[in-house]
Amino acid sequence: MSHLITLQADVAKITEDAWQFVALPPSQQEVRKQAGKVVLFKLTGEQTVTPEQIAGTLIPANGKVLVPLTVFIARKTQLQARLDQKEVGVWLDTHESLTDLNQAQADLNALPIIAVHVERFADGRIFSLGSLLRSRYGFKNELRAVGDVLRDQLFFLKRSGFNSFAMRTDRSAAEAIASLNDFSRPYQGAVDEARPAFRRYNR
Amino acid sequence: MYKYDEIDQTLVDERVAQYRDQTKRYLAGELSDEEFRPLRLQNGLYIQRHAPMLRIAVPYGMLSSKQLHKLADIASQYDKAYGHFSTRQNMQLNWPLLEDVPDILAELAKVEMHAIQTSGNCIRNITTDQFAGVAPDEVVDPRAMAEVMRQWSTFHPEFALLPRKFKIAVSGTKQDRAIVQAHDIGMEFYLDAQQQLAIKVWVGGGLGRTPILGTVIREHLEWQHALTYCEAIVRVYNLHGRRDNAYKARIKILVKALGLDEFKRQVEEEWAHLKDAPNTITERELARVAQHFEPMPYEALAQHDASYDAAIASNPAFAAWAKRSLHAHKMPGYRAVTLSLKTHGQAPGDATSEQMHTVADLAAQYSFGELRVSHEQNLILADVKLSDAFALWEKARAQGLASPNIGLLTDIICCPGGDFCSLANAKSIPIAQAIQMQFDNLDYLHDIGELELNISGCMNACGHHHIGHIGILGIDKDGSEWYQVTLGGSQGNQASIGTVIGPSFSAEEMPQVVEKLISVYLTERNGEERFIDTVRRLGIAPFKAHVYADKNAAKAEGIA
Ligand code: HEM
Ligand code: SF4
Repeated sequence: MSHLITLQADVAKITEDAWQFVALPPSQQEVRKQAGKVVLFKLTGEQTVTPEQIAGTLIPANGKVLVPLTVFIARKTQLQARLDQKEVGVWLDTHESLTDLNQAQADLNALPIIAVHVERFADGRIFSLGSLLRSRYGFKNELRAVGDVLRDQLFFLKRSGFNSFAMRTDRSAAEAIASLNDFSRPYQGAVDEARPAFRRYNR
Repeated sequence: MYKYDEIDQTLVDERVAQYRDQTKRYLAGELSDEEFRPLRLQNGLYIQRHAPMLRIAVPYGMLSSKQLHKLADIASQYDKAYGHFSTRQNMQLNWPLLEDVPDILAELAKVEMHAIQTSGNCIRNITTDQFAGVAPDEVVDPRAMAEVMRQWSTFHPEFALLPRKFKIAVSGTKQDRAIVQAHDIGMEFYLDAQQQLAIKVWVGGGLGRTPILGTVIREHLEWQHALTYCEAIVRVYNLHGRRDNAYKARIKILVKALGLDEFKRQVEEEWAHLKDAPNTITERELARVAQHFEPMPYEALAQHDASYDAAIASNPAFAAWAKRSLHAHKMPGYRAVTLSLKTHGQAPGDATSEQMHTVADLAAQYSFGELRVSHEQNLILADVKLSDAFALWEKARAQGLASPNIGLLTDIICCPGGDFCSLANAKSIPIAQAIQMQFDNLDYLHDIGELELNISGCMNACGHHHIGHIGILGIDKDGSEWYQVTLGGSQGNQASIGTVIGPSFSAEEMPQVVEKLISVYLTERNGEERFIDTVRRLGIAPFKAHVYADKNAAKAEGIA
């Protein structure tokens, strides 16, 4: 069963995923450690993908593909025809930069989908990235959260402009839907509703 | 004070339901420890030495009698009938059961309270001056803006999982009492040349492992832009703050790493996009919230009250208390009164349920049914008539709430330390108690005069030891508990971080160490000079020399 929740006109549904997620091949680089502990979060702007990984990424020959940002940037000419057919989307990690994406693709709305991959649910950069994609870059198409996507972050993801959620597969997506509406009348303006409570209601 | 409308109430009710479900899923094994952790933390629930610890939000320190009665009842029903008031103006319960927390939250929601964002990596309770609204040196009552900011920060979707905790303090007085410089963001309200409400914005302050005082990022911000400007700051921080190392994750580290100019450039660039967005505060919203903080229906009173003057003249114990505990008020014939939670030998900041009920009753009877928690961990009745002061004192005294030590050496700010906190290197409460017993002589205490002594059980600095005139920090040396002493720290406009005087001491030595520091001060002080001023004038050298004299002598003998 699918673990993808999509929001269409404010209604949440479990839907089949039309996109093939293209992962990078594993890197040969050593795990970075600090005081004996694995570094859990990469720093914004950090280069973590090697040229070998980019070259070695296998992109399925047919159908809709969701490719990593670095691969998209490096191999865009190769993807151009499929991009024109609206069969290419891009995913980026929370430490990657929207400026890089925008430089490679001036009109983001040519992409039918952008996904932000959150390696660990506690990485709140995903919320700022979603907000910026919607409000600063004017992205209007599907915005998806992928990776360690859990129920208790859904409400915040929705408010930050995400409208599709690839839930972690060991949890029930059907039950998670309820959390999209944990709060009915939030205080502050955000992407989904720009007006704060004091402008929406006659308080 | 602020009263919930339907929107506020719905939100806290929905929070109770949400958290009840999260707890249920955790207990059913559907959420791992790691996944539940940020959820419970954002609801103020730590797992500590003995039991979970629940931190209840007291927004900018304001409580009603009704709310305090409820806190007392909750402490009786779900805990050991006492609570701890913290330096961040909140209240903590040390022994609740994890399973009971949803019910506790439901009880709190009945009196318009919650535990939202009292911990975790999010925007925390906004703190301010405990004399807000009544202080004569106040230029702007900061509470309405604090409430507007509280609402904005509550479940702000973009800032739900920041690199680290984020603390905001606001202040509207000439003499800062909210330590705006020791916060991630400090907002100092003032009236500009056009007599318009404006904000001086500080950023990048924080104590903890790397104590840093904030710097001014913007001298003049029109009040309407408070929220969008904070959004710009927090967004830059959220994206670029370090997440790879918890000790380097506070905004202060980012500001230092980028330099203020570059940080400011990025913030201003963000703000250029956010400015005038719908989160810009409207006149109408500020007015709506401000009406909850209108002045109390004060009586027209004379400056003096004969019965009060008579009681002062005839009762030295009352006079000693009044001298320390009564604070100037905007209105003639009124005073703000501090009730001490620093009875000698008691854990600083702790109050029993019985004491809480008493204070709630006193507030109802003498102070329009409201009170405040101070970051010095005392309770304040802000609007007491001089003519009521004596009766208030008698009742407070009967409950051990009238130690005449406010602002003095034994008004110690102290974290829970090793008795409760699992991060502690050393105990802090017994040190506070031992020092209080050492200085139990009131005349001596009053002679020493104003002095701030702060104790933290570890580097995290929950007891603000860096800004204590005397700061004591628990450290761990080969598994045993030691204490490092700093001198010359201070809060307020001249905020400063104290200097370590030298090698650390054992617990038993601490009362004597403080005694020696005081004796240097008493010999060296000029007239009415306060301890901190003597330290500033002389530096730490003479203090250090005296404190370590015996140790050095002992060492010299050992060698000989
Ligand atoms: C017993 C449970 C507690 C735990 C586990 C705890 C944990 C921490 C930690 C880890 C920090 C450092 C964060 C950092 O520097 O990034 C911190 C800071 C702080 N805590 Fe606590 N704390 C506890 C209780 C308290 C209490 C009771 C108070 C108030 C009396 C308090 C007030 C503070 C303050 C004011 C800071 C901020 C220092 C700064 O500006 O960096 N904490 N706490
Ligand atoms: S300063 Fe350290 S010991 Fe004290 S409460 Fe904070 S974390 Fe615990």
